Amino acid sequence: MDKFDISVKNCDLYYGDFHALKSIDMEIQEHRVTAFIGPSGCGKSTFIRIFNRMNDLIENCRVTGDIIVGGEDIYAKSTDVTLLRKNVGMVFQKPNPFPMTIYDNVAFAPRTYGVKRKTLLDDIVENSLQKAGLWGEVHDRLKKSALGLSGGQQQRLCIARALAAEPKILLMDEPTSALDPISTGTIEDLINELKRHYTIVIVTHNMQQATRISDETAFFLMGEVIEFDNTKKIFTNPSKKETENYITGRFG
Amino acid sequence: MPRRANYERELQDIFDKLVLMGRTIETAIEKCVKALTERNEEAAQEVFEEDKQIDRLESEIEQACLRLLVMEHPMATDFREVSAALKVITDLERIGDQARDIAEITLQFNTEKYTKRLDNISQMAIIVIQMVKDGVQAYISRDLELARRISATDDKVDNLFNTVINDLIEQMKQKPGSAKQAVRLLMIAKYFERIGDHATNVGEWVEYAITGTHPKNEGMNM
Repeated sequence: MDKFDISVKNCDLYYGDFHALKSIDMEIQEHRVTAFIGPSGCGKSTFIRIFNRMNDLIENCRVTGDIIVGGEDIYAKSTDVTLLRKNVGMVFQKPNPFPMTIYDNVAFAPRTYGVKRKTLLDDIVENSLQKAGLWGEVHDRLKKSALGLSGGQQQRLCIARALAAEPKILLMDEPTSALDPISTGTIEDLINELKRHYTIVIVTHNMQQATRISDETAFFLMGEVIEFDNTKKIFTNPSKKETENYITGRFG
Repeated sequence: MPRRANYERELQDIFDKLVLMGRTIETAIEKCVKALTERNEEAAQEVFEEDKQIDRLESEIEQACLRLLVMEHPMATDFREVSAALKVITDLERIGDQARDIAEITLQFNTEKYTKRLDNISQMAIIVIQMVKDGVQAYISRDLELARRISATDDKVDNLFNTVINDLIEQMKQKPGSAKQAVRLLMIAKYFERIGDHATNVGEWVEYAITGTHPKNEGMNM
């Protein structure tokens, strides 16, 4: 994968009989931050999970349409899903460090992909923690348990862990919803830095967050993308009434 | 109960106060014209009172808008209307000041007779009153066409102002004794010309509130 963009054409997703995503078309540009917003249950998390085939783990989940990530059809039979997940990293709502040391958390992915040399692993760990803005706080306690970190630090550790796999695209599913405003601000600054090297797709319920950090925003409603446009446009002058109703809090 | 009932009430309150401010300003300008053309001192005094009310309303609306921006994070149309309201009240307040300035000058004429008819200045007054009314009405009824028409009308005001300047210069040359009165009339004409400019600004911010595009600043289009 040498490109960092995502192209979705005519995508439908079913959980058994339930039609969860309906005819979605979307072009996500590389080195941009794209935010997905919408009420709970609208399909935004379901959609983001398509990009690294996390939905494969759900029974009766069926995806149709063309999903091209980094120029490759990720639902082709020949796709190596493990490699896909290396290229498309993910950070979740709740920080989920492994119950092991800070070092081992970050070294987990490179070890999985076969890196054995200690000096190289050290470099990857330091580099990833630097990029995640955590190195300064943890460099002298790398061998301590990751579970001793604060919530904000744990989330940045999870970002470092994702970055250690050297992904091209970073998916973030409400990465700051469990964090205080200071940690949230740190992670938002980080996202702004990271987009120089990665393509970032973020699900957020925090509309101010979407306006602060994203370049494009997609508004989802009942499994459909109602509007996808420049973030400033969406939040100041949306084209669709449904978007207006949702972002002004008059939805429903 | 509708969603965000309190928020809706606050938005409506800003709207209502802005309408009241606009109406008060219309009355103030009409009275300052009356003070000028009919030499009506009482009307001039009333303008001073109205200007105070206009200042008070500006302050109240400003506070309400800032509170709403901080507490409610208005988005989309709400955001455009609140930010436009913040800009519009500044222009409306300036118009109020200019009506007061005109009223003040009319008192300085005392019983002195005008050396010539005030046809052009009266014409300027009639046009700017309509411009201000159009600005307020465009805001109330979200009338894009009306909002856009205001700036076109402003050219007429500017042309009349130039005519007034030339007439007064000529008058001062021919009757140097009338210079004091001529300068006062020139200031009055200038205030009317500025009211026209402020009304034009109001029209432009109403256009932004409706379309998301400010005609003078394409860069801020959203």
